[in-house]
Amino acid sequence: MNTVMRHPHATSPGRAVLVQRHSIVVRLAHWLNVLCLGFLLLSGLQIFNAYPRLHWGQYGADADHAFLEIGASAGNPQPQGYVKVGNFSFPTTGVLGLSRVDGQSTPRAFPSWLTLPSYQDLAAGRRWHFFFAWLFVFNGLVYLAYGLLGGHFRRDLAPDRNELEPRHLWREVVDHIRLRFPSGEEARRYNTLQKLTYIVVIAVLLPMMLLTGLTMSPGMDAAFPFLLDVFGGRQSARSLHFISASLLVLFLIVHVAMVILSGPWNNMRSMITGRYAIRQKEPDA
Amino acid sequence: MTNLLTRRRFLASGALGAGALALGGCDALEQNADVDAVLRSAETLTMGVQRLLLRNGTLAREFTPADISPTFRINGTQAPDSEEYAALRDGGFAGWKLKVDGLVNRPLELSLADIKKLPSRSQITRHDCVEGWSAIGKWTGVPLGLVLQTAGLKPNARFVVFYCADELEKTFDGSGRYYESIDMVDAFHPQTILAYAMNDADLTVGHGAPLRLRVERQLGYKHAKYVMRIQVVDSFSSLWGGRGGYWEDRGYQWYAGI
Repeated sequence: MNTVMRHPHATSPGRAVLVQRHSIVVRLAHWLNVLCLGFLLLSGLQIFNAYPRLHWGQYGADADHAFLEIGASAGNPQPQGYVKVGNFSFPTTGVLGLSRVDGQSTPRAFPSWLTLPSYQDLAAGRRWHFFFAWLFVFNGLVYLAYGLLGGHFRRDLAPDRNELEPRHLWREVVDHIRLRFPSGEEARRYNTLQKLTYIVVIAVLLPMMLLTGLTMSPGMDAAFPFLLDVFGGRQSARSLHFISASLLVLFLIVHVAMVILSGPWNNMRSMITGRYAIRQKEPDA
Repeated sequence: MTNLLTRRRFLASGALGAGALALGGCDALEQNADVDAVLRSAETLTMGVQRLLLRNGTLAREFTPADISPTFRINGTQAPDSEEYAALRDGGFAGWKLKVDGLVNRPLELSLADIKKLPSRSQITRHDCVEGWSAIGKWTGVPLGLVLQTAGLKPNARFVVFYCADELEKTFDGSGRYYESIDMVDAFHPQTILAYAMNDADLTVGHGAPLRLRVERQLGYKHAKYVMRIQVVDSFSSLWGGRGGYWEDRGYQWYAGI
């Protein structure tokens, strides 16, 4: 982690040096996760489309109350796509509820360009979903083992005491809003907001996806009935699966935006080759 | 600055292009047999792990009468449309008989009255549709294991196939007829019953009268309705699509524990 290499094109005012930022395990786990979550999201939306309503509790079907529904209504003069949340209905024609399939306006919760496969095929969506769910689990186990045993969590992710002080956190929030990112020695490490966000994703959202996913399985419910108690039933688990996935998409948007805003080439290189360029002050002559 | 913008534009268009390629490519991949075989390997893994976790015959959760769904959605066939079935229904299923044959020592023909005389089990369980919805209902019926024991299994018996009265697709070869299959692990599970009553009343036509299967640790499509014949086999590969069920022949997993 402390290897420092001279950058061949170092220029003043600061000398650019390449530091080793991400280990090979982190990089592999990261890109495998990109692959898995990409396939899981698109096949997940395909599965959702088979029954685009969300319930709370142990049971829930057409006749029961749904707190979220994506659908199409026989509008006048044309059918309308809508998203209903509680008592509020939002028109979403063209994207959600009703979208074009081969030039035809078709009732469909998520549009064909967001589902895998693009056409309606629940069985195929499930095959993709469960294959990449397993890959996601194996990848996650290797990453967790490395994080705990290899010291990655302690060294790179755990914030230290002064990082958690409100004044420090506030300064980081303000810096982020102004798009001022750490440079020099400070850029060697994740900033605190980064650490906290990654911890939420790794320790809360991703395990939540797996556990709520398992709670939808009748076999797993028989093996681990406490899953039903933890999440309040199979339908609650299905809803939480959808909500967690939405939060992961939100994370993805912010994550990619931050990568682009804070130097896309440097960030991408560091996640591919492991090396990240920082500027160092020239030592006094 | 211009340089940066071009780079950004290049990145963005590259990402979009890759995305479009990936999506278009996925439909092509989906139809590739090798890719399909790789994807299906996950089913073997899922079944292996679940069978290991459920090796002690663990029961699916049973609920209380207060948990029962006010409306239990009728799914799949609403009513089989054959004249034969209509005649049986009009006669209150008095003329209906369940055939049990195949790899058994004593083939059986059981009337509804015969079945109702056998020891019964009642259970309030959750029905999970592969589409995502669930409904809770109370089921009463005879344990399938008891019927199979009465018939006596031959040593090479491996699967139990259920032939149903409903036809979901009209075809010349009969491949549109509903059928299902389970193995002996599920067949002899205490909660696997041939149900003739739901919520303390005779099974309605919508829910599979006169007799339907309950396999509580698997998804709804395994719970065959309108069961007419039970056949014990050593392999289901010669039946229609060869995958062991109407929906299995159309791409769904044979092991539907997830």
